[in-house]
Amino acid sequence: MSPLSRLRLAFVAPIAALALAGCGVNSIPTAEENAKAKWADVQAAYQRRANLIPNLEATVKGAAASEKEILTDVIEARAKATSIQVSANDLNDPAKVQAFQNAQNQLSGSLGRLLANVEAYPDLKSQQNFATFMSQLEGTENRIEISVRDYNEAVQAYNTKVRTFPDSIGAKIFYGAKPMQTFQATAPNADQAPKVSF
Amino acid sequence: MTQALPAAPAPRTARSAWLLVWAILLALLLTGRAHAQTFPAFTGLVTDAANVLPADRKAALEAKLEALQQQTGRQLVVATIPDLQGYEISDYGYRLGRAWAVGLKGADNGAILIVAPKEHKVRIEVGYGLEPVLTDALSSVIIRDAILPAFKSGDMAGGIDAGADALINQLRLPDDQAKAQVAKAAADFDRQHRRGRAGGGAPLGMIFWLFVVGFIALSGIGRRAGRRYQGGGSNWPIWLWAASEIADGASRRGGGWGGGSSWGDGGGSGGSDGSWGGGGFTGGGGGSFGGGGASGSW
Repeated sequence: MSPLSRLRLAFVAPIAALALAGCGVNSIPTAEENAKAKWADVQAAYQRRANLIPNLEATVKGAAASEKEILTDVIEARAKATSIQVSANDLNDPAKVQAFQNAQNQLSGSLGRLLANVEAYPDLKSQQNFATFMSQLEGTENRIEISVRDYNEAVQAYNTKVRTFPDSIGAKIFYGAKPMQTFQATAPNADQAPKVSF
Repeated sequence: MTQALPAAPAPRTARSAWLLVWAILLALLLTGRAHAQTFPAFTGLVTDAANVLPADRKAALEAKLEALQQQTGRQLVVATIPDLQGYEISDYGYRLGRAWAVGLKGADNGAILIVAPKEHKVRIEVGYGLEPVLTDALSSVIIRDAILPAFKSGDMAGGIDAGADALINQLRLPDDQAKAQVAKAAADFDRQHRRGRAGGGAPLGMIFWLFVVGFIALSGIGRRAGRRYQGGGSNWPIWLWAASEIADGASRRGGGWGGGSSWGDGGGSGGSDGSWGGGGFTGGGGGSFGGGGASGSW
Protein backbone atom coordinates (compact mmCIF):
# COMPACT_ATOMS: atom_id res chain seq x y z
CA MET A 1 0.00 0.00 0.00
CA SER A 2 1.54 3.25 -1.08
CA PRO A 3 1.88 6.06 1.46
CA LEU A 4 -0.47 8.16 -0.63
CA SER A 5 -3.33 5.67 -0.49
CA ARG A 6 -2.66 5.18 3.21
CA LEU A 7 -2.97 8.91 3.71
CA ARG A 8 -6.19 8.83 1.75
CA LEU A 9 -7.39 6.02 3.98
CA ALA A 10 -6.56 8.12 7.01
CA PHE A 11 -9.06 10.69 5.86
CA VAL A 12 -11.61 8.22 4.63
CA ALA A 13 -11.72 6.34 7.94
CA PRO A 14 -13.25 9.11 10.03
CA ILE A 15 -15.64 9.98 7.25
CA ALA A 16 -16.73 6.37 7.04
CA ALA A 17 -17.20 6.33 10.79
CA LEU A 18 -19.28 9.48 10.62
CA ALA A 19 -21.32 8.03 7.79
CA LEU A 20 -21.96 4.92 9.85
CA ALA A 21 -22.98 7.06 12.78
CA GLY A 22 -25.31 8.90 10.41
CA CYS A 23 -27.03 5.61 9.65
CA GLY A 24 -28.11 5.27 13.23
CA VAL A 25 -25.45 2.85 14.44
CA ASN A 26 -25.32 4.79 17.69
CA SER A 27 -28.56 6.72 17.73
CA ILE A 28 -30.87 3.70 17.39
CA PRO A 29 -29.62 1.85 20.47
CA THR A 30 -29.65 5.16 22.35
CA ALA A 31 -33.29 5.79 21.48
CA GLU A 32 -34.15 2.18 22.26
CA GLU A 33 -32.51 2.28 25.68
CA ASN A 34 -34.27 5.53 26.42
CA ALA A 35 -37.67 4.05 25.60
CA LYS A 36 -36.91 0.98 27.73
CA ALA A 37 -35.93 3.15 30.66
CA LYS A 38 -39.17 5.07 30.32
CA TRP A 39 -41.03 1.76 30.30
CA ALA A 40 -39.42 0.92 33.62
CA ASP A 41 -40.86 4.18 34.96
CA VAL A 42 -44.32 3.21 33.72
CA GLN A 43 -44.13 -0.12 35.51
CA ALA A 44 -42.81 1.51 38.66
CA ALA A 45 -45.72 3.93 38.69
CA TYR A 46 -48.24 1.10 38.32
CA GLN A 47 -46.45 -0.87 41.01
CA ARG A 48 -46.74 2.13 43.28
CA ARG A 49 -50.49 2.05 42.83
CA ALA A 50 -50.63 -1.67 43.53
CA ASN A 51 -48.68 -1.09 46.74
CA LEU A 52 -51.18 1.50 47.90
CA ILE A 53 -54.20 -0.77 47.66
CA PRO A 54 -53.60 -2.75 50.89
CA ASN A 55 -53.86 0.55 52.81
CA LEU A 56 -57.20 1.19 51.18
CA GLU A 57 -58.32 -2.31 52.04
CA ALA A 58 -57.67 -1.77 55.72
CA THR A 59 -59.48 1.57 55.79
CA VAL A 60 -62.51 0.54 53.79
CA LYS A 61 -63.01 -2.82 55.51
CA GLY A 62 -63.60 -1.13 58.84
CA ALA A 63 -65.71 1.80 57.78
CA ALA A 64 -67.73 0.52 54.84
CA ALA A 65 -68.31 -3.17 55.36
CA SER A 66 -71.19 -3.27 52.89
CA GLU A 67 -68.85 -2.51 50.00
CA LYS A 68 -67.18 -5.85 50.44
CA GLU A 69 -68.09 -7.08 46.96
CA ILE A 70 -66.45 -4.20 45.15
CA LEU A 71 -63.49 -4.41 47.47
CA THR A 72 -63.02 -8.05 46.48
CA ASP A 73 -63.16 -6.95 42.85
CA VAL A 74 -60.40 -4.47 43.47
CA ILE A 75 -58.23 -7.02 45.24
CA GLU A 76 -58.67 -9.53 42.45
CA ALA A 77 -57.95 -6.96 39.77
CA ARG A 78 -54.85 -5.95 41.68
CA ALA A 79 -53.61 -9.53 41.88
CA LYS A 80 -54.15 -9.94 38.16
CA ALA A 81 -52.50 -6.65 37.28
CA THR A 82 -49.39 -7.34 39.35
CA SER A 83 -49.02 -10.80 37.85
CA ILE A 84 -48.66 -9.42 34.33
CA GLN A 85 -45.33 -7.82 33.67
CA VAL A 86 -43.90 -6.83 30.33
CA SER A 87 -40.13 -7.00 30.12
CA ALA A 88 -38.36 -4.32 28.14
CA ASN A 89 -37.55 -6.82 25.39
CA ASP A 90 -41.21 -7.57 24.74
CA LEU A 91 -42.14 -3.99 24.00
CA ASN A 92 -42.48 -4.66 20.28
CA ASP A 93 -45.01 -7.43 20.95
CA PRO A 94 -48.49 -5.86 20.65
CA ALA A 95 -50.25 -8.77 22.42
CA LYS A 96 -48.14 -8.54 25.58
CA VAL A 97 -48.42 -4.79 25.85
CA GLN A 98 -52.15 -5.07 25.26
CA ALA A 99 -52.53 -7.65 28.03
CA PHE A 100 -50.70 -5.44 30.50
CA GLN A 101 -52.79 -2.50 29.47
CA ASN A 102 -56.06 -4.41 29.89
CA ALA A 103 -55.15 -5.69 33.33
CA GLN A 104 -54.19 -2.23 34.55
CA ASN A 105 -57.27 -0.63 33.04
CA GLN A 106 -59.46 -3.19 34.75
CA LEU A 107 -57.88 -2.29 38.07
CA SER A 108 -58.43 1.41 37.29
CA GLY A 109 -62.08 0.64 36.61
CA SER A 110 -62.86 -1.30 39.78
CA LEU A 111 -60.81 1.08 41.90
CA GLY A 112 -62.75 4.01 40.47
CA ARG A 113 -66.03 2.25 41.19
CA LEU A 114 -65.05 1.55 44.78
CA LEU A 115 -63.97 5.12 45.41
CA ALA A 116 -67.18 6.46 43.92
CA ASN A 117 -69.23 4.27 46.26
CA VAL A 118 -67.10 5.05 49.26
CA GLU A 119 -67.71 8.76 48.77
CA ALA A 120 -71.18 8.10 50.16
CA TYR A 121 -69.83 7.28 53.65
CA PRO A 122 -69.42 10.58 55.47
CA ASP A 123 -67.49 9.11 58.41
CA LEU A 124 -65.00 7.56 56.01
CA LYS A 125 -64.56 10.76 54.08
CA SER A 126 -63.82 12.69 57.22
CA GLN A 127 -61.15 10.21 58.34
CA GLN A 128 -57.67 11.62 58.25
CA ASN A 129 -56.06 8.48 56.87
CA PHE A 130 -58.63 8.20 54.12
CA ALA A 131 -57.86 11.76 53.02
CA THR A 132 -54.18 10.89 53.10
CA PHE A 133 -54.82 7.80 51.04
CA MET A 134 -56.75 9.81 48.48
CA SER A 135 -53.90 12.30 48.09
CA GLN A 136 -51.46 9.44 47.62
CA LEU A 137 -53.68 7.79 45.06
CA GLU A 138 -54.14 11.06 43.23
CA GLY A 139 -50.37 11.58 43.10
CA THR A 140 -49.88 8.04 41.88
CA GLU A 141 -52.41 8.34 39.10
CA ASN A 142 -50.70 11.57 38.14
CA ARG A 143 -47.34 9.80 38.00
CA ILE A 144 -48.82 7.01 35.89
CA GLU A 145 -50.17 9.52 33.41
CA ILE A 146 -46.85 11.35 33.14
CA SER A 147 -44.74 8.22 32.87
CA VAL A 148 -47.02 6.85 30.16
CA ARG A 149 -46.76 10.12 28.28
CA ASP A 150 -42.97 10.14 28.60
CA TYR A 151 -42.82 6.53 27.45
CA ASN A 152 -44.99 7.20 24.43
CA GLU A 153 -42.83 10.16 23.48
CA ALA A 154 -39.70 8.03 23.73
CA VAL A 155 -41.31 5.27 21.66
CA GLN A 156 -42.41 7.77 19.06
CA ALA A 157 -38.87 9.13 18.80
CA TYR A 158 -37.51 5.60 18.46
CA ASN A 159 -40.10 4.52 15.90
CA THR A 160 -39.51 7.64 13.85
CA LYS A 161 -35.80 6.93 13.84
CA VAL A 162 -36.28 3.33 12.81
CA ARG A 163 -38.58 4.24 9.97
CA THR A 164 -37.01 7.35 8.48
CA PHE A 165 -33.96 7.80 6.29
CA PRO A 166 -31.01 7.64 6.99
CA ASP A 167 -31.34 5.88 10.33
CA SER A 168 -33.63 3.25 8.79
CA ILE A 169 -30.59 1.86 6.91
CA GLY A 170 -28.77 1.13 10.13
CA ALA A 171 -31.96 -0.11 11.76
CA LYS A 172 -32.49 -2.72 9.05
CA ILE A 173 -28.90 -3.77 8.40
CA PHE A 174 -27.40 -3.83 11.87
CA TYR A 175 -30.24 -4.31 14.30
CA GLY A 176 -33.28 -5.60 12.44
CA ALA A 177 -35.09 -3.15 14.65
CA LYS A 178 -38.85 -3.43 14.97
CA PRO A 179 -41.07 -0.54 16.01
CA MET A 180 -42.15 -0.56 19.67
CA GLN A 181 -45.72 -0.39 20.92
CA THR A 182 -47.09 2.79 22.40
CA PHE A 183 -49.23 2.58 25.51
CA GLN A 184 -52.82 3.75 25.30
CA ALA A 185 -53.96 6.50 27.61
CA THR A 186 -55.32 4.99 30.80
CA ALA A 187 -58.15 7.38 31.52
CA PRO A 188 -60.99 7.91 29.09
CA ASN A 189 -60.64 11.23 27.24
CA ALA A 190 -57.02 11.51 28.30
CA ASP A 191 -56.04 11.69 24.67
CA GLN A 192 -58.07 14.82 24.09
CA ALA A 193 -56.43 18.19 24.14
CA PRO A 194 -57.29 20.34 27.13
CA LYS A 195 -60.11 22.79 26.71
CA VAL A 196 -58.89 26.31 26.30
CA SER A 197 -61.28 28.90 27.64
CA PHE A 198 -60.77 32.55 26.83
CA MET B 1 -38.81 42.76 -27.57
CA THR B 2 -39.24 39.29 -26.25
CA GLN B 3 -35.53 39.14 -25.52
CA ALA B 4 -35.36 42.41 -23.68
CA LEU B 5 -38.22 41.77 -21.31
CA PRO B 6 -36.93 38.94 -19.15
CA ALA B 7 -33.67 40.78 -18.45
CA ALA B 8 -35.23 43.49 -16.31
CA PRO B 9 -37.40 41.46 -13.87
CA ALA B 10 -34.67 38.93 -13.14
CA PRO B 11 -33.36 40.54 -9.93
CA ARG B 12 -36.90 41.04 -8.75
CA THR B 13 -37.83 37.35 -9.15
CA ALA B 14 -34.67 36.42 -7.27
CA ARG B 15 -35.65 38.72 -4.47
CA SER B 16 -39.20 37.46 -4.31
CA ALA B 17 -37.91 33.91 -4.24
CA TRP B 18 -35.87 34.83 -1.17
CA LEU B 19 -38.89 36.49 0.35
CA LEU B 20 -40.87 33.34 -0.21
CA VAL B 21 -38.20 31.25 1.48
CA TRP B 22 -38.17 33.61 4.43
CA ALA B 23 -41.93 33.56 4.64
CA ILE B 24 -41.95 29.78 4.70
CA LEU B 25 -39.24 29.66 7.35
CA LEU B 26 -41.07 32.20 9.43
CA ALA B 27 -44.32 30.32 9.04
CA LEU B 28 -42.62 27.11 10.19
CA LEU B 29 -41.21 28.89 13.21
CA LEU B 30 -44.51 30.45 14.05
CA THR B 31 -46.56 27.27 13.72
CA GLY B 32 -44.01 25.50 15.86
CA ARG B 33 -44.43 28.14 18.49
CA ALA B 34 -48.20 28.29 18.34
CA HIS B 35 -48.50 24.65 19.40
CA ALA B 36 -45.94 24.75 22.17
CA GLN B 37 -47.16 25.53 25.63
CA THR B 38 -45.84 28.81 26.94
CA PHE B 39 -44.67 29.49 30.45
CA PRO B 40 -43.86 32.73 32.22
CA ALA B 41 -40.15 33.58 32.24
CA PHE B 42 -38.27 32.18 35.24
CA THR B 43 -37.13 35.45 36.73
CA GLY B 44 -36.42 34.59 40.32
CA LEU B 45 -37.08 32.18 43.16
CA VAL B 46 -40.33 34.07 43.55
CA THR B 47 -41.75 34.46 40.06
CA ASP B 48 -44.90 36.43 40.65
CA ALA B 49 -46.28 36.44 37.13
CA ALA B 50 -49.86 36.91 38.34
CA ASN B 51 -48.92 39.90 40.50
CA VAL B 52 -50.49 38.88 43.79
CA LEU B 53 -47.58 39.64 46.12
CA PRO B 54 -46.71 43.09 47.46
CA ALA B 55 -43.07 44.04 46.78
CA ASP B 56 -41.91 43.83 50.41
CA ARG B 57 -43.49 40.40 51.01
CA LYS B 58 -41.96 39.18 47.77
CA ALA B 59 -38.48 40.34 48.75
CA ALA B 60 -38.75 38.74 52.19
CA LEU B 61 -39.91 35.46 50.70
CA GLU B 62 -37.16 35.53 48.11
CA ALA B 63 -34.55 35.96 50.87
CA LYS B 64 -35.92 32.93 52.71
CA LEU B 65 -35.84 30.76 49.60
CA GLU B 66 -32.35 31.91 48.76
CA ALA B 67 -31.15 30.98 52.24
CA LEU B 68 -32.72 27.54 51.82
CA GLN B 69 -30.88 26.94 48.56
CA GLN B 70 -27.63 28.22 50.05
CA GLN B 71 -27.84 25.99 53.11
CA THR B 72 -29.35 22.78 51.78
CA GLY B 73 -28.72 22.90 48.03
CA ARG B 74 -32.43 22.30 47.51
CA GLN B 75 -34.30 24.73 45.31
CA LEU B 76 -37.81 25.81 46.24
CA VAL B 77 -39.57 28.18 43.85
CA VAL B 78 -42.81 30.08 44.37
CA ALA B 79 -44.67 30.76 41.14
CA THR B 80 -47.94 32.53 40.55
CA ILE B 81 -49.41 31.81 37.15
CA PRO B 82 -51.86 34.22 35.54
CA ASP B 83 -53.42 31.60 33.24
CA LEU B 84 -53.16 27.79 33.13
CA GLN B 85 -54.20 27.86 29.46
CA GLY B 86 -56.86 25.24 30.04
CA TYR B 87 -54.50 22.64 31.50
CA GLU B 88 -55.06 20.82 34.76
CA ILE B 89 -52.73 22.29 37.35
CA SER B 90 -51.10 18.87 37.90
CA ASP B 91 -50.45 18.66 34.17
CA TYR B 92 -49.23 22.23 33.94
CA GLY B 93 -47.06 21.89 37.04
CA TYR B 94 -44.70 19.15 35.96
CA ARG B 95 -44.25 20.74 32.56
CA LEU B 96 -43.43 24.04 34.22
CA GLY B 97 -40.92 22.30 36.47
CA ARG B 98 -39.24 20.66 33.51
CA ALA B 99 -39.30 23.87 31.44
CA TRP B 100 -37.69 25.85 34.24
CA ALA B 101 -35.47 22.91 35.19
CA VAL B 102 -35.91 23.67 38.87
CA GLY B 103 -33.45 21.78 41.05
CA LEU B 104 -30.15 20.21 40.10
CA LYS B 105 -29.67 17.84 37.21
CA GLY B 106 -29.21 14.34 38.55
CA ALA B 107 -30.38 15.18 42.07
CA ASP B 108 -33.73 16.55 40.87
CA ASN B 109 -34.07 18.34 44.18
CA GLY B 110 -36.44 21.11 43.19
CA ALA B 111 -39.97 21.91 44.26
CA ILE B 112 -42.44 24.56 43.15
CA LEU B 113 -45.36 26.08 44.98
CA ILE B 114 -47.68 26.98 42.11
CA VAL B 115 -50.61 29.31 42.62
CA ALA B 116 -53.13 30.01 39.88
CA PRO B 117 -55.36 32.78 41.27
CA LYS B 118 -57.59 32.92 38.20
CA GLU B 119 -58.46 29.23 38.33
CA HIS B 120 -58.42 29.12 42.15
CA LYS B 121 -55.95 26.25 42.09
CA VAL B 122 -52.82 25.62 44.08
CA ARG B 123 -50.24 22.87 43.75
CA ILE B 124 -47.01 21.72 45.29
CA GLU B 125 -44.96 20.19 42.52
CA VAL B 126 -42.15 17.98 43.78
CA GLY B 127 -39.05 16.92 41.83
CA TYR B 128 -38.11 13.24 41.60
CA GLY B 129 -35.35 13.57 44.19
CA LEU B 130 -37.53 15.22 46.82
CA GLU B 131 -40.44 12.78 46.60
CA PRO B 132 -39.32 10.84 49.68
CA VAL B 133 -38.98 14.05 51.72
CA LEU B 134 -41.99 15.92 50.46
CA THR B 135 -44.48 13.11 50.03
CA ASP B 136 -47.83 13.48 48.33
CA ALA B 137 -49.60 13.07 51.65
CA LEU B 138 -47.52 15.74 53.37
CA SER B 139 -47.96 18.11 50.43
CA SER B 140 -51.70 17.71 50.62
CA VAL B 141 -51.64 18.35 54.37
CA ILE B 142 -49.63 21.55 53.85
CA ILE B 143 -52.08 22.71 51.20
CA ARG B 144 -55.10 21.86 53.30
CA ASP B 145 -53.90 23.19 56.63
CA ALA B 146 -51.52 26.03 55.87
CA ILE B 147 -52.48 27.42 52.48
CA LEU B 148 -56.17 26.98 51.79
CA PRO B 149 -57.57 28.63 54.96
CA ALA B 150 -55.76 31.88 54.09
CA PHE B 151 -56.70 31.69 50.42
CA LYS B 152 -60.33 31.11 51.33
CA SER B 153 -60.34 34.29 53.38
CA GLY B 154 -58.79 36.18 50.48
CA ASP B 155 -55.29 36.54 51.92
CA MET B 156 -53.13 35.43 48.99
CA ALA B 157 -49.81 36.66 50.36
CA GLY B 158 -50.48 35.13 53.77
CA GLY B 159 -51.33 31.73 52.29
CA ILE B 160 -48.25 31.71 50.09
CA ASP B 161 -46.07 32.70 53.04
CA ALA B 162 -47.52 30.03 55.30
CA GLY B 163 -47.15 27.37 52.61
CA ALA B 164 -43.58 28.37 51.80
CA ASP B 165 -42.66 28.34 55.50
CA ALA B 166 -44.06 24.83 55.96
CA LEU B 167 -42.21 23.64 52.87
CA ILE B 168 -38.96 25.27 53.97
CA ASN B 169 -39.24 23.61 57.39
CA GLN B 170 -39.65 20.23 55.80
CA LEU B 171 -36.87 20.77 53.26
CA ARG B 172 -34.47 21.80 56.01
CA LEU B 173 -34.70 18.40 57.65
CA PRO B 174 -31.40 16.58 57.41
CA ASP B 175 -31.19 13.74 54.95
CA ASP B 176 -27.66 12.42 54.82
CA GLN B 177 -28.05 10.22 51.83
CA ALA B 178 -29.58 12.98 49.78
CA LYS B 179 -26.94 15.43 50.97
CA ALA B 180 -24.04 13.60 49.37
CA GLN B 181 -25.90 13.38 46.10
CA VAL B 182 -26.78 17.06 46.17
CA ALA B 183 -23.18 18.04 46.92
CA LYS B 184 -22.00 16.15 43.87
CA ALA B 185 -24.71 17.61 41.63
CA ALA B 186 -23.96 21.11 42.93
CA ALA B 187 -20.27 20.67 42.13
CA ASP B 188 -21.19 19.58 38.61
CA PHE B 189 -23.44 22.58 38.23
CA ASP B 190 -20.78 24.99 39.43
CA ARG B 191 -18.15 23.52 37.14
CA GLN B 192 -20.36 23.66 34.09
CA HIS B 193 -21.71 27.06 34.96
CA ARG B 194 -18.23 28.46 35.18
CA ARG B 195 -17.21 26.94 31.89
CA GLY B 196 -20.15 28.65 30.26
CA ARG B 197 -23.19 27.20 28.68
CA ALA B 198 -21.65 27.07 25.19
CA GLY B 199 -20.06 23.82 26.39
CA GLY B 200 -16.55 23.35 25.00
CA GLY B 201 -17.72 20.26 23.16
CA ALA B 202 -16.48 20.77 19.64
CA PRO B 203 -12.75 21.11 20.37
CA LEU B 204 -12.59 17.81 22.23
CA GLY B 205 -14.35 16.00 19.43
CA MET B 206 -12.05 17.60 16.93
CA ILE B 207 -8.97 16.67 18.91
CA PHE B 208 -10.22 13.11 19.00
CA TRP B 209 -10.57 12.91 15.22
CA LEU B 210 -7.26 14.65 14.60
CA PHE B 211 -5.75 11.99 16.80
CA VAL B 212 -7.29 9.23 14.70
CA VAL B 213 -6.22 10.79 11.41
CA GLY B 214 -2.74 11.46 12.71
CA PHE B 215 -2.36 7.96 14.04
CA ILE B 216 -3.24 6.28 10.78
CA ALA B 217 -1.10 8.64 8.75
CA LEU B 218 1.84 8.13 11.09
CA SER B 219 1.50 4.38 11.07
CA GLY B 220 1.78 4.59 7.27
CA ILE B 221 5.03 6.50 7.51
CA GLY B 222 6.33 4.16 10.14
CA ARG B 223 5.61 1.19 7.96
CA ARG B 224 7.39 2.72 5.01
CA ALA B 225 10.46 3.14 7.17
CA GLY B 226 10.31 -0.24 8.87
CA ARG B 227 8.63 -2.61 6.43
CA ARG B 228 8.46 -5.34 8.98
CA TYR B 229 4.92 -6.58 8.81
CA GLN B 230 4.95 -7.96 5.33
CA GLY B 231 2.09 -10.42 5.52
CA GLY B 232 -0.84 -8.61 7.07
CA GLY B 233 -2.94 -6.02 5.32
CA SER B 234 -3.63 -2.80 7.08
CA ASN B 235 -4.62 -2.74 10.73
CA TRP B 236 -6.75 0.38 10.56
CA PRO B 237 -10.06 -1.39 11.19
CA ILE B 238 -8.75 -2.30 14.62
CA TRP B 239 -7.92 1.29 15.37
CA LEU B 240 -11.26 2.38 14.10
CA TRP B 241 -12.96 -0.16 16.34
CA ALA B 242 -10.92 0.95 19.33
CA ALA B 243 -11.78 4.55 18.57
CA SER B 244 -15.46 3.78 18.37
CA GLU B 245 -15.28 1.92 21.68
CA ILE B 246 -13.64 4.93 23.29
CA ALA B 247 -16.22 7.26 21.80
CA ASP B 248 -18.99 4.94 22.95
CA GLY B 249 -17.65 4.85 26.47
CA ALA B 250 -17.43 8.61 26.56
CA SER B 251 -20.99 9.11 25.44
CA ARG B 252 -22.28 6.40 27.76
CA ARG B 253 -20.82 8.21 30.71
CA GLY B 254 -23.23 10.96 29.82
CA GLY B 255 -20.29 13.25 29.33
CA GLY B 256 -20.42 16.88 28.51
CA TRP B 257 -18.83 16.62 25.12
CA GLY B 258 -20.42 15.57 21.89
CA GLY B 259 -23.83 15.11 23.43
CA GLY B 260 -24.03 18.74 24.37
CA SER B 261 -26.23 17.46 27.13
CA SER B 262 -24.91 19.59 29.91
CA TRP B 263 -26.75 22.36 31.52
CA GLY B 264 -27.88 24.02 28.34
CA ASP B 265 -30.39 21.28 27.74
CA GLY B 266 -31.99 21.77 31.10
CA GLY B 267 -33.42 24.87 29.57
CA GLY B 268 -33.37 26.73 32.85
CA SER B 269 -33.54 30.37 32.12
CA GLY B 270 -30.87 32.90 32.80
CA GLY B 271 -29.71 33.66 36.25
CA SER B 272 -26.59 35.45 37.31
CA ASP B 273 -23.16 33.96 37.47
CA GLY B 274 -22.31 32.24 40.66
CA SER B 275 -22.47 28.90 42.31
CA TRP B 276 -25.45 26.87 43.42
CA GLY B 277 -24.82 27.40 47.10
CA GLY B 278 -23.40 30.90 46.85
CA GLY B 279 -26.59 32.91 47.14
CA GLY B 280 -28.21 34.93 44.40
CA PHE B 281 -30.51 33.67 41.70
CA THR B 282 -28.94 30.87 39.72
CA GLY B 283 -31.82 29.92 37.48
CA GLY B 284 -32.76 26.25 37.22
CA GLY B 285 -30.11 23.56 37.47
CA GLY B 286 -31.59 20.92 35.17
CA GLY B 287 -33.84 19.13 37.65
CA SER B 288 -36.74 17.03 36.45
CA PHE B 289 -40.27 16.31 37.63
CA GLY B 290 -42.52 13.30 37.40
CA GLY B 291 -45.79 14.25 39.03
CA GLY B 292 -44.97 14.15 42.73
CA GLY B 293 -46.84 16.50 45.05
CA ALA B 294 -50.44 17.42 45.58
CA SER B 295 -53.03 19.91 44.37
CA GLY B 296 -55.86 21.80 45.99
CA SER B 297 -58.47 24.34 45.08
CA TRP B 298 -60.41 27.00 46.92
